[in-house]
Amino acid sequence: MIALLGPEVTWYLGVAAFLFATGSLGVLLRRNPLIVLLSLEIMLNGGNLALIAFARNLGDGSGQIFALAVMAVAAAEVVVGLGLIVALNRKRVTLDVDRLNTLRG
Amino acid sequence: MLVASAGNVLVWAVWLVAGFACIGSGIAVVSFSSPFYSALALIGNLGSLAVLYLLLSAEFVAAAQVLVYAGAVMVMFLFVIAYIGPHSESPWMGGPSWQAVGAVLAAAAIFVEIVVVVGLKASGKLAHSEHVGAGFGSPAQIGRLFLTDHLLAFEITSIVLLVAAIGGVILGAHSRRDAPDEVASL
Repeated sequence: MIALLGPEVTWYLGVAAFLFATGSLGVLLRRNPLIVLLSLEIMLNGGNLALIAFARNLGDGSGQIFALAVMAVAAAEVVVGLGLIVALNRKRVTLDVDRLNTLRG
Repeated sequence: MLVASAGNVLVWAVWLVAGFACIGSGIAVVSFSSPFYSALALIGNLGSLAVLYLLLSAEFVAAAQVLVYAGAVMVMFLFVIAYIGPHSESPWMGGPSWQAVGAVLAAAAIFVEIVVVVGLKASGKLAHSEHVGAGFGSPAQIGRLFLTDHLLAFEITSIVLLVAAIGGVILGAHSRRDAPDEVASL
């Protein structure tokens, strides 16, 4: 049996919370949709780190399965997001999330 | 005992380096003006996260993180950035300043909320971590869990990836079909 060396799980959760907050700051602040997608990846990775930290804390592997599922969803999201960005670029639309308001009601 | 405490110090040192690299590269992703440098900083972020996963004895997830994220996904990102061309924009100069202040306040509020909720709900259980077996987080254990307890999640993941692939193809086909009209109208 292996004990957890080094810092307690709380410290990992602190890093995870900080990553999530940093990513949400990028999503709210930046206007380039590419950087918004990159910030979204940071948010997902903050969630992943929390899942894996809790999995280690409870000694249960299910959290790691969740993290892998999140990774697959993130890959799918990147495919669709980058596809949208390339399609916008081909239509010569300015890549600025504040100007993409064609669907506004 | 001496060996155990030496190992503990080593793990602390690795954790400090990886944790601060993780936080610093996360801030760098948000604050770089060029998406190219942001993507490079995100690769560093994913690498340091993989080190943290290894410290939490999640070997398979760390390997998948490096292969899938830092390898495949980020290469796709860099390819699209190179295809579109660099559009630099400063994170702080873009809009009215109340928007930036609101964004910073909202992100700080999210951070405080997470810390408070986790502290209230789980602080009692976090002080002691379970001891795990040597196979914890190994590919064998992950595969067994995926094909027994979490088979439905495994299958749904494959459907999600299939739908995303179809979506990517449709988006690409649309923009190909629209291209001649655009040239004519120009």
